[in-house]
Amino acid sequence: MLYLYDGALDVPNILKTWYEAEASSNYGAYIPFVGTVRDESQIEGLSFDIYEPILKSWFITWEQKAKEKGAIIKMAHSRGDVMLHESSYIAAVFSPKRRVALEFIDAFVEDFKASAPIWKYDLKNGKRIYASDRSTALNGSGILGVKK
Amino acid sequence: MVKVEFLGPIQKEPLELEITNLKQLADILQKDEELAQWLENSAVAVNDTLVRSLDFELKENDKISLLPPVCGG
Repeated sequence: MLYLYDGALDVPNILKTWYEAEASSNYGAYIPFVGTVRDESQIEGLSFDIYEPILKSWFITWEQKAKEKGAIIKMAHSRGDVMLHESSYIAAVFSPKRRVALEFIDAFVEDFKASAPIWKYDLKNGKRIYASDRSTALNGSGILGVKK
Repeated sequence: MVKVEFLGPIQKEPLELEITNLKQLADILQKDEELAQWLENSAVAVNDTLVRSLDFELKENDKISLLPPVCGG
């Protein structure tokens, strides 16, 4: 399941809710990854834009990959502003055995970074500044810029 | 008529254009100086599916999206 929230994530509540939802599903492993905003580069926080139609279709392909391994994937992400030491991202895998979940969370988070249509901005002096230096062009980018 | 939208940090209002393929779109957008920095690193989706070639015919009411470099998490 994919969950989008305005502002920071309520991490304890989300982790607890997900844990309880699968408590009797007979999964042996629950591996969450939580992304928290660090105090660095004089930022006040981060801000996010999400393009939901493509995020949802991308996530469905990962749900199918999880299903093929007998696992499930859950993800939560923030829209808008998330301040220092708050969290904007949680991904979690449930699987029958640990090895599948450990490998799956790694592959999922890496592809999330490269493929999820989400844009990050630094909040500095009350301004929203696109984090271009940390951003990755999607596969197939640049076709409109090719000169004839 | 097709609609072109610019996502994330590309600060540009949507366009409505009378075009029938993505090559025509490239020709039009390359004339727009404020888009110069984005065309080389943005991906293109038609009706929310990413496309990887300009050899793509467009239909009436198609929605085209430009997706600049991403950074979730």
